[in-house]
Amino acid sequence: MNSLLKNIIRFALFLLLQIVVLNEVPPVHRFIIPYLYFLYILWLPFSINRFTLLIVAFFFGLSLDYFTGTTGLHAAPCVLIAYIRPYLLNLLLPQETIEQSYAEPGVNSMGWAPYAVYVGFLTFVHHFYLVLIEWLQFGDFVYFLGKVVGTTLVSFMMIVLSELLFLRKGKYRTNAA
Amino acid sequence: MKNIFDFIRKHFTLLSFLLLQIASIYMLTQASTSHQTFFSSKMNDASSKINERYYNMRGYFFLRETNEKLAQENARLLNLLGSNISAPDSSIRIVTDSVYKDSLNKYRKYNWLPAKVIGNTVSLQTNFLTLERGSLQGVKKGMAAISPEGIAGVVVEVSENTSKVMSLLHRNSRVSAMLKKDNNAGSIEWDGASPYYLLLRNVSKGAKVVKGDTVVTSTYSANFPPYQVVGRVAEIEADPSSNFYTLKIKTAVNFFTVQYVYLVENLRYQEQFELENNNPKNRE
Repeated sequence: MNSLLKNIIRFALFLLLQIVVLNEVPPVHRFIIPYLYFLYILWLPFSINRFTLLIVAFFFGLSLDYFTGTTGLHAAPCVLIAYIRPYLLNLLLPQETIEQSYAEPGVNSMGWAPYAVYVGFLTFVHHFYLVLIEWLQFGDFVYFLGKVVGTTLVSFMMIVLSELLFLRKGKYRTNAA
Repeated sequence: MKNIFDFIRKHFTLLSFLLLQIASIYMLTQASTSHQTFFSSKMNDASSKINERYYNMRGYFFLRETNEKLAQENARLLNLLGSNISAPDSSIRIVTDSVYKDSLNKYRKYNWLPAKVIGNTVSLQTNFLTLERGSLQGVKKGMAAISPEGIAGVVVEVSENTSKVMSLLHRNSRVSAMLKKDNNAGSIEWDGASPYYLLLRNVSKGAKVVKGDTVVTSTYSANFPPYQVVGRVAEIEADPSSNFYTLKIKTAVNFFTVQYVYLVENLRYQEQFELENNNPKNRE
């Protein structure tokens, strides 16, 4: 399937999953909130232009915000992880081998350990920034620490589960596409 | 001049990153001060169309519960009918007149409208309900939303056919409430911890509270009609450093399954609001 079409469908599916399923889950504890939507940004292809990546992340976060009624709350952390992503990938990947043969980040293209570092770090940054913004509006320090740790663990676990459930084929990039 | 362009070209990604960050933080601060989302009404209409479809489907799963609630409420209302009570003497007739103004100078203060819930969150720190009723159907900002079980929130944003209600489960929500038995008033807030519990702050220690007491809306509120159920006292905390109790209230409404609410308009809201916010100058 065309990469652009695939990512447009993913955009809608990730939004729907977050709004219709995950935001409806009865909260187990106030620190544990399932967030998975930002996985969309982590799965965008390697070849995407940095500026396009920022713009896509901004509008992705903003469209979630319109459903939750908090304009800008999710857009800001999305833009932040989109900005960090290329630098992190540069650090983690051996240059000029993987990026040219695989289309997007994943277990197949990067291997378990680098992919786990990639996902773990960006998940942590996303939640740290998200809860920091919330904390500046209301709440106390215990709320901040507890929620960052709680949400990061839950999100990381869900990302690992979704990687195990939905084996994305590590597609080789060909010149024909 | 050339240097400036070079600089922009060199740091284009960083600059666009900063710009987008500033844009989102700006929108966020705008939204939280006035409880209005940015470019609200167009986007609100678009996102509520999707929500509406989803909640139409979801409504079927709660039909039994909704029916029960409506039946209970009907029973309660039937009990209030004037025809249930007969006067001892046939020469005296009690007539309750609901005309806006009658010759005895009674006036109507509250007007009730039914509305269907088409969007609802409970798991965030800032929760809203979306209703399928807007300015064309007579909804205004500041109207109270009351579900059959108890109060639910206040209208903060209105578009043509939908409106947005700030739920009681919102960190900025404040509603004046009192204990039903001795009318000690306080303020209902939410600490973000659990969607089943609210806090009633600033209740004087003179109040004789016990667990299980009913809490209703107070007579001081401009939005809410008085004596609407909020919930029951679940826990009593006495702050030793002040003269006030902080009470934990179990909500009467189950926010997970709200399907219908009534919107209540205080016909004298504008007048009361203006008077209360009119600070006389030259007062020393």
